[in-house]
Amino acid sequence: MGKLKSVAELDSFRAKLLAAPARPVVRVCLGPGCLAQGADKVSRAFKAAIKKQKISADVKPLIKETGCHGFCSQGTLVNLSPFDLFYVQVKPADVPEIVDQTLRDGKVVERLLYGDNGNRYRSAAEVPFYKLQQKIILKNVGLIDPLDIEDALKAGAYRSLVKALTQKTTDKIIETVTIAGLRGRGGGGFPTGYKWRKAVENARDNPGPVYIVANGDEGDPGAFMDRAIMEGDPHAVLEGMAIGARAMGAEQGYLYVRAEYPFAVRTLNIAIEQARSLGLLGKNILGTGFNFDVQINRGAGAFVCGEETALLASIEGRVGEPVTRPPYPVEQGLWNRPTVINNVETWANVPHIIDHGGQWYSGVGVPHSTGTKIFSLVGKVKNSGLVEVPMGITLGAIVEEIGGGVPGKERFKAVQTGGPSGGIIPYELKELPPEELKLDKVGLQGRGFMTMELKNLPVDFDSLAQAGSIMGSGGMIVMDDRDCVVDVARYFLRFLEEESCGKCLPCRLGIKGMQEFLNNFSQGKGAPADIDALESLGRALVDGSLCGLGRTAPNPVLTSIRYFRDEYLAHIVDHHCPAGVCRDLITYRIDADICNGCTLCAKNCPQVCIMGAKKKLHTIDQDACIRCGVCMDVCPVDAVVVA
Amino acid sequence: MSPRKKPQKDVINFTIDGQPVQAKPGWTILETARHYHIHIPTLCFHPAVMPWGSCRLCVVETRYGKRGQVIPSCLNPPVAELEVFTQSERVVNVRRWVLEMLLAECPASREIKKLAAEYGVTATRFAIADPEEECLRCGLCVAVCSEVVGVQALTFGSRGVKKVLETPYRVPNNACIGCGCCVSVCPTGALQKRLDTVRGDLSRRTGHGYAH
Repeated sequence: MGKLKSVAELDSFRAKLLAAPARPVVRVCLGPGCLAQGADKVSRAFKAAIKKQKISADVKPLIKETGCHGFCSQGTLVNLSPFDLFYVQVKPADVPEIVDQTLRDGKVVERLLYGDNGNRYRSAAEVPFYKLQQKIILKNVGLIDPLDIEDALKAGAYRSLVKALTQKTTDKIIETVTIAGLRGRGGGGFPTGYKWRKAVENARDNPGPVYIVANGDEGDPGAFMDRAIMEGDPHAVLEGMAIGARAMGAEQGYLYVRAEYPFAVRTLNIAIEQARSLGLLGKNILGTGFNFDVQINRGAGAFVCGEETALLASIEGRVGEPVTRPPYPVEQGLWNRPTVINNVETWANVPHIIDHGGQWYSGVGVPHSTGTKIFSLVGKVKNSGLVEVPMGITLGAIVEEIGGGVPGKERFKAVQTGGPSGGIIPYELKELPPEELKLDKVGLQGRGFMTMELKNLPVDFDSLAQAGSIMGSGGMIVMDDRDCVVDVARYFLRFLEEESCGKCLPCRLGIKGMQEFLNNFSQGKGAPADIDALESLGRALVDGSLCGLGRTAPNPVLTSIRYFRDEYLAHIVDHHCPAGVCRDLITYRIDADICNGCTLCAKNCPQVCIMGAKKKLHTIDQDACIRCGVCMDVCPVDAVVVA
Repeated sequence: MSPRKKPQKDVINFTIDGQPVQAKPGWTILETARHYHIHIPTLCFHPAVMPWGSCRLCVVETRYGKRGQVIPSCLNPPVAELEVFTQSERVVNVRRWVLEMLLAECPASREIKKLAAEYGVTATRFAIADPEEECLRCGLCVAVCSEVVGVQALTFGSRGVKKVLETPYRVPNNACIGCGCCVSVCPTGALQKRLDTVRGDLSRRTGHGYAH
């Protein structure tokens, strides 16, 4: 197929693709979670098994390696159509049975269906994990083959671009996005339509090129929303950027993807090549005279390059260090020209808004936070994975209904939203002293407080800020009673210390300094007054740092002090870690009544400091013990207790 | 470095600590304050180079209508009716913590000790890594070498807490013309001690003016 020279040619090409007879399709999830479980082997096993079967070519099942299906804790996931069957935890050894039973005879392999509380679910739509989700951005992720533009076209890709090119003026596109109420999905929540309009105005005052940038430098620990989009539906991002380019009059776009996402880079490169060869990117797109091309820039491993000014510096070839705003990128961005930089997820929203209209989009979610948001639900939660929910859904619904709650017998303690820049929100409503509740608009960040229980807290930009956290890019880490907030705060600071660019002093020295306080606390050292000192240092970072990294770095500490001051005090005053995590404050003991002398702990102890004969009580030599917790993990009868 | 906002045409009337002041077009808040002899401490600011905003000691609290924020005065131009506070609680909090951390970072610097004492900070709670250290990585020497002298003999290496001042490729740099600008702008005198690690072998200099 050569270049498509007009909209009519695209339409007839799409019609031709859709006219092809439907074949059974096996969709194997090749998202990061499933890949780690060996999804590539499952896919190869399917191909080999089908080759063996003697089926004529037109009804031969198609094996599609798709992007992330979302339900990562149950990988490898396989969807079979037209049977509408959803198999979980598929191993290569299960494949011959699926081919024989389901693909040939249309029978269900019961043991591979997802089961929960005695129920078995045939189709994905019935599974509680998917039931409350509303998929807009992820609609095609997991459905299409990301390496095949024809498959994307069949699912409707580039339909909105055609609409933007033929039916809408520049102003009309921006107006639609403004009416939709789309806000930046990278974490800041800046109104996208307003940003676009500013860029257009600045370009009008100062004629010259405008640039479009997609930020795919997703670095938060435990977050993989943008990755799923880039790997699962790359054309949505390209189409969104092209529509944005049409609105802004840009001809060049840059896609900044972190180097740690080699699959995303490969997928996007293939998608760009395929779009170019069909004439959907490049010069004179579909004969409309509109030129737009996209170039991929790979990051070099710096978290701070997710900050927009550092990202632009990196694209220009300078050191990835942020600079002070103003001037904002819409005023002076790449090469001092107006530049619109949006998150990958924001761009992926654009085609859907143009397709269905701004009014439709603003009807999803809640006022001021419209549309859906993707979260990566991880931590102490039964169903972990990628979820897309309408804004305004309660945290309780996400964690307890979609996530299935906290597994095991521990209690649900808190949720960390927004990754290292976000805050810890407690499960229980905490009574705070009245002076804490004086809300100062000047420094709302990190000063918010909970006015309602977590399970009723709506997940939208403003409610999360009110609770002292942020939406962030969409990380959501669930914690139970075995997670120590001091340790969690310390973990995030250690991450940010590594990732600070070191340009401004509050961030470079302050994150290190805050860690010194927390290290002391985790060893039971320090005085209660040090907690106030740490809080005050956190405020200095919020006020003094140059970019968002330093300004939000204290959030985990500030919110955990606000809600869990008692836990900090337990460390300092009682020299006791209530969660049993901080190594210097705990001891492992073997309960004499429970130990059955199986010797597993002694065999696995790296220090060889557990003594005991077979079928006799074992004991731990406390002087040699390094408190790694291996004995506790391996004990089959839960005889190892932490005190 | 950071480009400034486009200059406005007229003078800007605003207040600093309640005192009415007038800024000429293109002035920053810091420049205006200096003009009126209002003291704002700085370490990384030098009139010869573009402001870089790394030390954050020059932060001030501003209020504009209902909006209030803490911003570095060396980088931000004022707007009409802006209220600037140079000694508010939030501002002093930032300065005191930065200075206390600097006492641990550059324990050998007399200038920092003196400045810290002005804010009542005489001891530090933080761990001292190198008792001889004076450099605070403010970047003034790098900026002056690149912007004013135009030879780029100095640069920063590594990132974050490991950030160090060094020459490209960590070898004495023959691009250095030995002008001493870096030493003269250094706020703590840290560069005086390490000039020999920057400067290359004088006899091996090449280029214009050094033709053999």
